[in-house]
Amino acid sequence: MNALTKKRPKYLNLFEIKLPLAGFASILHRVSGAGLFLMLPLLIWLLELSVSSPASFETFKAVTGHPLVKLILLGLIWSYLHHFCMGIRILLIDVHVGVEKAQAHASAKAVLAVSLALTALFGLKLFGAY
Amino acid sequence: MNRIVVGAHYGLQDWLAQRVTAVVMALYTLFMLVAVPLGAGSYESWRGLMAHGLVRFATFLFIVSLCYHAWIGVRDIWMDYIKPTTVRLIMHVLTLLVLIGYAGWAIQIIWRL
Repeated sequence: MNALTKKRPKYLNLFEIKLPLAGFASILHRVSGAGLFLMLPLLIWLLELSVSSPASFETFKAVTGHPLVKLILLGLIWSYLHHFCMGIRILLIDVHVGVEKAQAHASAKAVLAVSLALTALFGLKLFGAY
Repeated sequence: MNRIVVGAHYGLQDWLAQRVTAVVMALYTLFMLVAVPLGAGSYESWRGLMAHGLVRFATFLFIVSLCYHAWIGVRDIWMDYIKPTTVRLIMHVLTLLVLIGYAGWAIQIIWRL
């Protein structure tokens, strides 16, 4: 049978199949990337405010001091960190480090945990805890 | 021999570009994690950091890498989820245009410092 027409086994009942942890971390890589892309105008605008003039620097401080903006920034911090950690995992797998099932599961768990822990660390700084 | 002919053979190039740009951004991130706490505080010190020749050079590379990286990533999202060719093509073009615009905007911010 031609490879093009060969029926592949498919079982995509979403109530029956379970996404592995690595798959969950992987889809979050995509979600975080999309979020960062959508918020790029905000981030570039903040960069512009922060460096342009002493007056715009004050505006930068006022804008980033707003609780709603802080919440968005917290989401972006998590997105960046998750994307960063997951990216390192992808690069390691590219060079055949951690390809085995158990290691891949452990590294996916590590990515989720490390990015959340670092988000908490930066988040506390963002909300002025230290 | 069964051979399935697919694509325009840009896959490997994009795969590599996605990795190279990721490494550039990762290195910049680690560098800035050390540099920003030194520069943050007052407007003068922050601007001084961002206006420094080396930082400006690195930030330029970061911005170019980011936009190229985002182009490949976002294009892959449209490829995966948007079936009608016309809509997908429109989204590809819009993504490309906004990213080129963002790159110009961000680069002129650091370049006029």
